Amino acid sequence: MPVDVARMTKVFERPKSLTEARYTYCPGCHHGVITRIIGQTIDELGIAERTVGIAPVGCSVFAYLWYRCDAVQVAHGRASAVATGIKRARPDLVVFSYQGDGDFASIGTAESLHAANRGENITVIFVNNQIYGMTGGEMAPTTLVHQKTTTTPDGRDPATCGYPIRFSEIIATLDAPVYVTRQALYDTRRIQDCTKAVKKAFQNQVDGKGYSLVEILSTCPTNWRMSPTQANEHVANVVTQVFPLGDLVDRG
Amino acid sequence: MALRQLLRGNEAIAEAAIRAGCMCYFAYPITPQAELLEHMARNMPRLGRTFIQAESEVAAISMVYGAASAGVRTMTSSSSPGISLKQEGISYLAGSNLPSVIVNVVRGGPGLGNIAPSQCDYFQATKGGGHGDYHMIVLGPSTVPEAAQLTTLAFDLADLYRTPVMILADGLLGQMLEPVELPEPIDPASLPRKEWAATGAAGRDPNIILSFDLGPDNLKRMNEALQAKYREIRKREIRYEESDVADADLVIAAYGSTARIAKSALQMARAEGLKVGLFRPITLWPFPYDALRAVADHVDTVLTVEMSAGQMWEDVRLAVAERAKTPFYGEMGGVVPTPRSILNEVRKDAR
Ligand SMILES: Cc1ncc(C[n+]2csc(CCOP(=O)(O)OP(=O)(O)O)c2C)c(N)n1
Repeated sequence: MPVDVARMTKVFERPKSLTEARYTYCPGCHHGVITRIIGQTIDELGIAERTVGIAPVGCSVFAYLWYRCDAVQVAHGRASAVATGIKRARPDLVVFSYQGDGDFASIGTAESLHAANRGENITVIFVNNQIYGMTGGEMAPTTLVHQKTTTTPDGRDPATCGYPIRFSEIIATLDAPVYVTRQALYDTRRIQDCTKAVKKAFQNQVDGKGYSLVEILSTCPTNWRMSPTQANEHVANVVTQVFPLGDLVDRG
Repeated sequence: MALRQLLRGNEAIAEAAIRAGCMCYFAYPITPQAELLEHMARNMPRLGRTFIQAESEVAAISMVYGAASAGVRTMTSSSSPGISLKQEGISYLAGSNLPSVIVNVVRGGPGLGNIAPSQCDYFQATKGGGHGDYHMIVLGPSTVPEAAQLTTLAFDLADLYRTPVMILADGLLGQMLEPVELPEPIDPASLPRKEWAATGAAGRDPNIILSFDLGPDNLKRMNEALQAKYREIRKREIRYEESDVADADLVIAAYGSTARIAKSALQMARAEGLKVGLFRPITLWPFPYDALRAVADHVDTVLTVEMSAGQMWEDVRLAVAERAKTPFYGEMGGVVPTPRSILNEVRKDAR
């Protein structure tokens, strides 16, 4: 029987605030899922026309291509400071930064921490894939103990490289942030939770409540040398042991 | 009626920035520009504008990048070691065509150096400093009133050319008190809208601010556009001052505070019957090569005087191109040349 498209109900579509541009991400990487969640959130809150996104340096350097909203591409690690500048200049805009773990928790340590400490009314999406994806799989501040990377070929040795940094927990010690949470995407339940968290983090800003941070445990099948399925299992079984999921601060 | 006040250079720059419609100011404390930061801390919030004492100069310049992206007039200030930290941000501002004003109240270097006046950051300011093929417009005030005037100009040029502009002052100018006639404050809302800014894509396609393109051909085009802009700036914005050059045998080339001291030396030299003039670049980039060359055509000597080991001296020699002798007299480490020490050099060279 021929399919009558006109009589079919659409149950799933690309968020209006995402463009048609194709992702530059590797298969199985969660950056694409996160991008979609943000797009959906922007749609649901109806804020596309007053949102400014910040693209960092890292695999998501092209983030400005995916959203139908204004965007600013910035220097490595400085996204939270740039977000501060935009938001203070135009408090009516909704400003979100999108940052990898190297960007947010290594080179941008000072900018990330102090934007949080000032309680800037911004939304930070912190994508923790425990590796430097863009530059070929070097150690990140979040790399697990004994995890092999191109700069820890024998595995991360805490004696010389220290331990994976739980940056969200550090931010959670501050008085200003209104919402700090760690989420994951390894199954549909987590994707739903993460979607709620992202929405809340944007809603907080729209409501003028202050600084919200959503850390998302992400995968890097390419540099982890795993299949997408193995990578998901690795997050569920191993990564969450070091980076426990859940809300760290909720003063909303 | 324009108001006449007794102000330090640092305060005059701060107040002129406010009157030019600077909406967001971000900086980290450092001597000898602290009064600038403090003036902004007292006055910006009172006017409903943004003042942030940033966690570092890196953060401050990144905040400038954000505010400039959002289309408002914005400024940061610092002194030499802090300006070194801002180089990353300045390169990004230039690459992303973002109007912004950066004040460097130069102190002795390298390293921590000291807090005394110096002109040792000329190379960094005029030749790049950060990475990439870029320039900033660099303005070198030599008096407190001029510091205020050039601050107004800096904001106008930044907007006109969508470029970072640096005010290259020094510790002497920053601390010096002089009567200043400040311009009337402008209403920031009266400034032309920046159609390119990231202000929310309502009823238009998204605006994207970036300095990036992976494709060499595209990045080459972006670079060519920058160079075309720099050619325009070179054509239209060169500024300098000449004093007593018409009949001069020797012309002193100096900028900033040093030029002001050199003026006293010039008067002393003239009193002794020596035919001395002064050539003072006001735009250090673009440098007034042609104007100085025209001067060099009818003098014997162009004596460069700087508070450095001879940085502007390189531009002077490029301009003079062997048409005259080009001796140099410089002081370093925060030592300020006196009218008498310059006069001694003039006497040597005028012989
Ligand atoms: C100042 C500076 N240092 C280093 C780099 C090179 N670099 C580009 S991306 C990157 C790592 C990014 O890692 P992360 O933030 O974890 O994001 P991911 O690529 O994993 O998504 C580095 C070091 C740069 N562009 N700029």
